[in-house]
Amino acid sequence: MLQMSSWQRVLILLTVLLGLVLALPNGFYTKVEKHNDAVLQLEAGAPTTPELTADVAGWPDFMPSGLVNLGLDLRGGAHLLAEVQVEDVYDSRMDGLWPEVRDALRDARDTVGTIRRQPAAPGVLSVKISNPDGLQEAITRVRALASPVYSLTGNNSDDIEVSGQGDVLTVTLSDAEKIATDDRTMQQSLEIIRRRVDEAGTREPTIQRQGDRRILIQVPGIGSATELKELIGTTAKLTFHPVISRTSNANERVSGRQILVPSIDPQEQGTFYILEQTPVVTGEDLANAQPAFDQNGQPSVNFSFNTSGGRKFGIFTSENVGAPFAIVLDNEVISAPVIREAILGGSGQISGNFSVTESTNLAVLLRAGALPAEMNFLEERTIGPELGQDSIDAGKIACIVAFIGVLVLMFLSYGTFGVFANIALIINVAMIFALLSLIGATLTLPGIAGIVLTIGMAVDANVLVFERIREELKTSKGPARAIELGYEKALSAILDANITTFIVAVILFVMGSGPVRGFSVTLGLGILTSVFTAIYVTRLMIVFWFERRRPKQIEV
Amino acid sequence: MRLKLVPSETSWDFFSKWKLWLGISAVLIVIGFASFLIQGLNYGIDFRGGTTIRTESTQPVDVAAYRAALEPAGLGDISITEVFDPTFGDDRNVAMVRIQAQEGAEAVTPETIAAVEAALQTVDPDIKFPSVESVGPKVSGELIKTASIAVILAITAVLIYIWLRFEWQFAVGAVIALVHDVVLTLGIFSELQIKFDLAIIAALLTIVGYSINDTVVVFDRVRENLRKYKTKDLSEVLNLSINETLSRTVMTSVTTLVALIALFVLGGDVIRGFVFAMIWGIIVGTYSSIFVASTILLFLGVKRDWSKKDPKAGGQYANIDA
Repeated sequence: MLQMSSWQRVLILLTVLLGLVLALPNGFYTKVEKHNDAVLQLEAGAPTTPELTADVAGWPDFMPSGLVNLGLDLRGGAHLLAEVQVEDVYDSRMDGLWPEVRDALRDARDTVGTIRRQPAAPGVLSVKISNPDGLQEAITRVRALASPVYSLTGNNSDDIEVSGQGDVLTVTLSDAEKIATDDRTMQQSLEIIRRRVDEAGTREPTIQRQGDRRILIQVPGIGSATELKELIGTTAKLTFHPVISRTSNANERVSGRQILVPSIDPQEQGTFYILEQTPVVTGEDLANAQPAFDQNGQPSVNFSFNTSGGRKFGIFTSENVGAPFAIVLDNEVISAPVIREAILGGSGQISGNFSVTESTNLAVLLRAGALPAEMNFLEERTIGPELGQDSIDAGKIACIVAFIGVLVLMFLSYGTFGVFANIALIINVAMIFALLSLIGATLTLPGIAGIVLTIGMAVDANVLVFERIREELKTSKGPARAIELGYEKALSAILDANITTFIVAVILFVMGSGPVRGFSVTLGLGILTSVFTAIYVTRLMIVFWFERRRPKQIEV
Repeated sequence: MRLKLVPSETSWDFFSKWKLWLGISAVLIVIGFASFLIQGLNYGIDFRGGTTIRTESTQPVDVAAYRAALEPAGLGDISITEVFDPTFGDDRNVAMVRIQAQEGAEAVTPETIAAVEAALQTVDPDIKFPSVESVGPKVSGELIKTASIAVILAITAVLIYIWLRFEWQFAVGAVIALVHDVVLTLGIFSELQIKFDLAIIAALLTIVGYSINDTVVVFDRVRENLRKYKTKDLSEVLNLSINETLSRTVMTSVTTLVALIALFVLGGDVIRGFVFAMIWGIIVGTYSSIFVASTILLFLGVKRDWSKKDPKAGGQYANIDA
């Protein structure tokens, strides 16, 4: 007999119901999206306006409100794949180490002699000592500066490697420290990019680390990848330096502790500033930055320092009244005002030749902080919102037509059983959407194709069973026995066939990126739900029907 | 009255002309492979780097004028193709402009893109750019590598699974059928010079999945019939199994094709290549699971006494109360 215990029936029905309820919000996409946005805004402390209240009321709170995210190809937006130049940080680490090395060697002046830093390859600190016999002593002294790195593999090592040859001492970061530093650089870059994108106020950005040194950034609704790049591609390293002099010679020789920096003020075209290398204060000391207008009505940025930054800036300005200082952003002088009086309040104003957008962007960048290293962009994609909408519309129509085609074909081929399979198919698609919403997956255009393919393939398991029932009926066992045998014998084929396809979906997910991954998610979920609906849901319907009708003969 | 795509009882002989079927497959594979070697695939920017700009305008596309406008920029190889789609009206004229990856640049600079857009705007002031995509040569090289690895991995994993669940002869038959499908799909993409991008890899792997699905269903029946009819010739058993599963094979392929054809016609031009790959793959995959996989199995022969050695083999799911 066709047996199914009542708890099995209840469990199946509950699962189906849960699937339908979870999928429901996607049927009212715009309403639910507005509702979710409004709730978020209110939570963030936005004042209650009639529009917001109306948006919230647009979808009842007790209903699930998870939606399938639409991928960039469906919604429009910008996509960037950036590679972080992690080696940049090794350099600044070496620069930071130099004063320590210098002090350590100075203490041993008797054996080492005089010391001088030499130009070296990036990430290498090379020091020349005047007394080669003291090299061993120098190496020991510098090694004492090292601190241990704890790695996951348990191979503890020092953070720096010190070696020497002749009269030259070489310091580099150890491999373990490089890995640790890279990881920190990536974490910082991710964090800062996230802050910058959030500051710009776009919704649902995707900011992911990919591999060792890449970051994937997807921002829906932004106009173009170029715009996005301006926002996140700028290092935004802000420093304040004492000015030594000005020159118009780009190749002017400067002494060791000084740097030559070009001005970006168009009125000072061709002007270069000679600055002290060590900044008075840096962007890291900033507490806040806001776009504003200066006394001439020109766009500017108001900033305030944190306590230590404010103190340093106050001391510097009070000691240098009448002298100019330079505001440097990413190695370009924005402006070099003269200090009229000591600035003790810890706040100030940067005016340069900004447009309103530029000053707003600069304020955002300064608030979010500087990137630890520069980035190269390996991939850029912009998809206009209209194109995305076109794709959604086309996908919708195609889905509906595909659906109707399959439904008709199944009904014509299998009659009543075909209707059961069709109901299961509708439940199946609803459940795919339910799972996609539940895990917050992103639906892309290939993903839609995956769903359409699932619509076609989901009937396969049912077809296998129905064909088998037909065969069993031929050998004239009663209908109940035939149905039972049909399910039993088709099972190994259904499982083998779906497991192999599922293996492929998993491989696609692991190896793939972007659209391929989106496709693999819908394909994999589609396999799970279609096996569930074919084995349980269709069967439950057949059981219900059979118990009610008790047919002596069935036609499949 | 039921719609029957194939008669309910068939006893067609699928192996009487096996030389012909294998011959056809062999010829197609040779053509596809030769085309792949000679003219190669028409790689999209995902795989060879560069930039594509999609243009849309109310004015008709004038490829020659576009080309002339872009000539002075000196961007190397530029390809301009007009895109046709039944869903476009007269006032929607779409073209794809592809610019090769520039020497020494990781990705095309915004200045280059701005220059291209400005140049096109001089030809047609109404022109809009609904999408601009650019991929650096570094990434594209890696994408080719990962894509190839993914395809090979998928085939290997399937080989192992079938080997475990069936016998090695089945695994070899299934994998030869798979490679057959993949090669024929690559062949048609190279022969027709359809743009080959990342999404096509997804399609290719779906074909792998679908083809294996089809083959497994036939093989499952073969396994069952081998136990049932211990004295029948292998060719008879294979024929019987194919005939018994034929209505299912055709039904599933037709429903899937119905869904895919709807997507092909109505789904828009962006995924047309992708859907085309799948349609082709399903036709080829259905063909190969009947004519290629089973024929290979016939050649390799199968151990006939599995039921004696392990009466439970293959039946481990029979006890699951589904």
